[in-house]
Amino acid sequence: MPDFTLRVNGSEKKVSVSPDTPLLWVLRDTLDLPGTKFGCGAGFCGACTVHVEGEAIRSCSTPVSQVAGKNVTTIEGLGANGLHVLQQAWIAEEVPQCGYCQTGQIMTAAALLAKTPKPSDEQITQAMNGNLCRCGTYERIRKAIHRAATGGAR
Amino acid sequence: MSPLSRREFVAAGVAAGAGLVVGFYLPHEGRISKEAFSPNAYLRITPDNKITIVVARSEMGQGVRTALPMILAEELEADWKQIEIEQAGASTLYGDQTTGGSASVRTTWDPMRKAGAAAREMLISAAALTWGVTRSSCTAQSGSIVHAASNRRLSYGELSAKAAMLPIPSDVTLKQVKDYKIVGQRLARVDTPAKVKGEAGFGIDFRMPGMKYAVLSRCPTIGGKVTSFDDKESKKNSGVSYAGKISDSTVAVVANSVWGAMEGRRVLNVSWDDGPNKDLNTAAVMDSLKQTAKKKGASLYAVGDVTKAKGRRISAEYQLPFMAHAPMEPGNCTASYSATGCELWAPTQVPQDCRDSVAQAVGLDPDQVKVNVTLMGGGFGRRLEHDYAVEAALVSKAIGGPVKVIWTREDDMRFSTYRPASLHQLSAVLDGSGWPLVFTHRIIAPSISGQKGQPVPGGVDPDLPDEAAFVYGLENVSIESVIAETPVPLGWMRSVYALQAGFASESFIDELAAAAGKDPLEYRLHMLAKDRDIQYFTTTWHTARMRGVLQLAAEKAGWKNPLPAGRFRGIACFGCFSSYMAEVVEISMENDTPRVHRVVAAVDCGQVVNPSILEQQIPGGIVYALSNALRAKITIDKGRVVQGNFDDYAPLRMEETPIVEVYAVPSTESPTGIGEPSVPPLAPALCNAIYAATKKRIRALPILS
Repeated sequence: MPDFTLRVNGSEKKVSVSPDTPLLWVLRDTLDLPGTKFGCGAGFCGACTVHVEGEAIRSCSTPVSQVAGKNVTTIEGLGANGLHVLQQAWIAEEVPQCGYCQTGQIMTAAALLAKTPKPSDEQITQAMNGNLCRCGTYERIRKAIHRAATGGAR
Repeated sequence: MSPLSRREFVAAGVAAGAGLVVGFYLPHEGRISKEAFSPNAYLRITPDNKITIVVARSEMGQGVRTALPMILAEELEADWKQIEIEQAGASTLYGDQTTGGSASVRTTWDPMRKAGAAAREMLISAAALTWGVTRSSCTAQSGSIVHAASNRRLSYGELSAKAAMLPIPSDVTLKQVKDYKIVGQRLARVDTPAKVKGEAGFGIDFRMPGMKYAVLSRCPTIGGKVTSFDDKESKKNSGVSYAGKISDSTVAVVANSVWGAMEGRRVLNVSWDDGPNKDLNTAAVMDSLKQTAKKKGASLYAVGDVTKAKGRRISAEYQLPFMAHAPMEPGNCTASYSATGCELWAPTQVPQDCRDSVAQAVGLDPDQVKVNVTLMGGGFGRRLEHDYAVEAALVSKAIGGPVKVIWTREDDMRFSTYRPASLHQLSAVLDGSGWPLVFTHRIIAPSISGQKGQPVPGGVDPDLPDEAAFVYGLENVSIESVIAETPVPLGWMRSVYALQAGFASESFIDELAAAAGKDPLEYRLHMLAKDRDIQYFTTTWHTARMRGVLQLAAEKAGWKNPLPAGRFRGIACFGCFSSYMAEVVEISMENDTPRVHRVVAAVDCGQVVNPSILEQQIPGGIVYALSNALRAKITIDKGRVVQGNFDDYAPLRMEETPIVEVYAVPSTESPTGIGEPSVPPLAPALCNAIYAATKKRIRALPILS
């Protein structure tokens, strides 16, 4: 197995896996970061969303070989000093029901806010539309993103 | 009390018909403990003032880990901030632990209240004895017993050792609703912070030392079998350590990583015997429902005489497809088998079924199987099956070590248990003013329980009593069930038969209103105008409560106000799981496709335990139902399920999600279900809105098929 070096949540990680291994399974199985979820394995649901160099990507469909040497951020590393403003907003709006998709939702939303600090409803829909939630929490997700964008106020 | 074992005591309590709560109490001898005051299996108070409440239902997003402890904490007069929650695994102490049927709150409402109240009374006695004062001079307040006259106070923790020595009261007085401090409050869910941090422990997240990973190659044809397999290619790479037949229709591939197991399965060479259903397709299933419809059915509900009335007869047939639950977390379970026991970490709605089925599958006694219940990434009924658990135990036994079985999304879509397809024949006779004199509904569908070999007493699937009530107070009504057969595996999916029954019935009522030239709301209110109690199996429905939710939804939706140009409304109501629900759906049509803008939902579910959770569950059910109504359809071709992932079985996304407003009728009745009742009215209300917009009646789901 070849070695790949990634920078995950700020620290360097060396992994020995086959090059086609999706980043998702490297994070979950090899690096013990289970906050990133397996939902569909095909990029349809967004449960596996992480950031690579700040961009939201689907880790289930990204071979580890493509991210060698790159900066990867997962939900575990999103709030460098305590909770990220989106995580706080998610708690304040009581977004999660089962919660399984929510880490992926938050990672997608974080990438949105990084580029668009005050997104419109339309921009939120456009950014979040790739993330499925079977509990139907979409409107609370929207509210939480607005809350985070306005510094915590509703 | 004689020194019965814990298990015997439970059996004795239940056998004597003494009620659930008595059955949960441990014998006196069992309670004497220096470590904790534990008057029943739900509660533990330790001298360090830690109060632990045990949740014996499974958390799949519906909020049981918050709602059930709130009920006990209310009667205990606990300080909510003090409470710690513990998840029960499979046990003999809690009765049936099945989490389904929107039943968790409604079936634990009494036991949890009594458990809290009994403990409260014992703590009061302990304090009175300590201070040498009368019990009546002591009060329970926020985690302490207070003697106001002497301004003394002892915490529950300080009293726990003494309370543990006292007899358990056989009868307790429960609090009055007006005195509630916890029940009815918008308390934050206990599981939220971990879920947003990625620290919540779902089944798929469980790990243990030495654990391997398995995926199963499954015969693609329903009822087919493995003929032979060759694992040479699988074992060439990816760390595959084992491949072996686990059942007639599956071969497990085990590796050191999930990806390794998936890759190993991809190149596994399996020969299949396609079996008896290799020519089965959806058209044949629907045709067999039509054939079955000719048979005599079993009566679910009958009043008056549906054969005599003369007038204008209107008839229609409705039909619904198979649907898949598709929870976000695919199936999985971890098992660690040894010759003397098997431990499971299972995302399951049925820990006791997992225990019993695993015991049978691997040749152990049920009490040698320990089932730990993890969080679930959605359930919706899919995890009422115990297939994942049995697979994990069998693979663990085969390899002699711990293993996690994971299903892929395609496995979940193609090898699920599906909401039964159904056919509905409805007929009514209208009088000269257009009001119905007669209403009949025949539900032709396979029986989920029947297919699983469970009893179907009197030819009635045991789910129908909760899911096919007809709450209108008409004089001549017949609701019938005709059970069809199908080889397609069936399961209980959110709201189960209520989705089918509600869609057919409430769409047809709209047809009648249109035929009569009357407003669909007024038409329903007319049929509900008289206060009536309608006995449907063991549930008594009240026309007044259905009228209440209809009026509330209509008022909040502004039913009487004109809509902007291009907007249309539909309304529907339905009662299931003992709750009453009405929904008004507001749409526009865009290129023959409905766009749902707003749904106004009114519910009467008795006392609301946590309004905040209610306001999650109702919209959640509506979004789920809108997915079902618009696109959910599992089709069969050549004996195989066609759909495989979220591209061809596409749930609702944010862009299609309407604004949902939720209103609850204030009530102090005992709580009833909230997880499922919002599902059934959505599809008929939506189709009724489409009729209002287009004059086109939709009699088959999904709408966008």
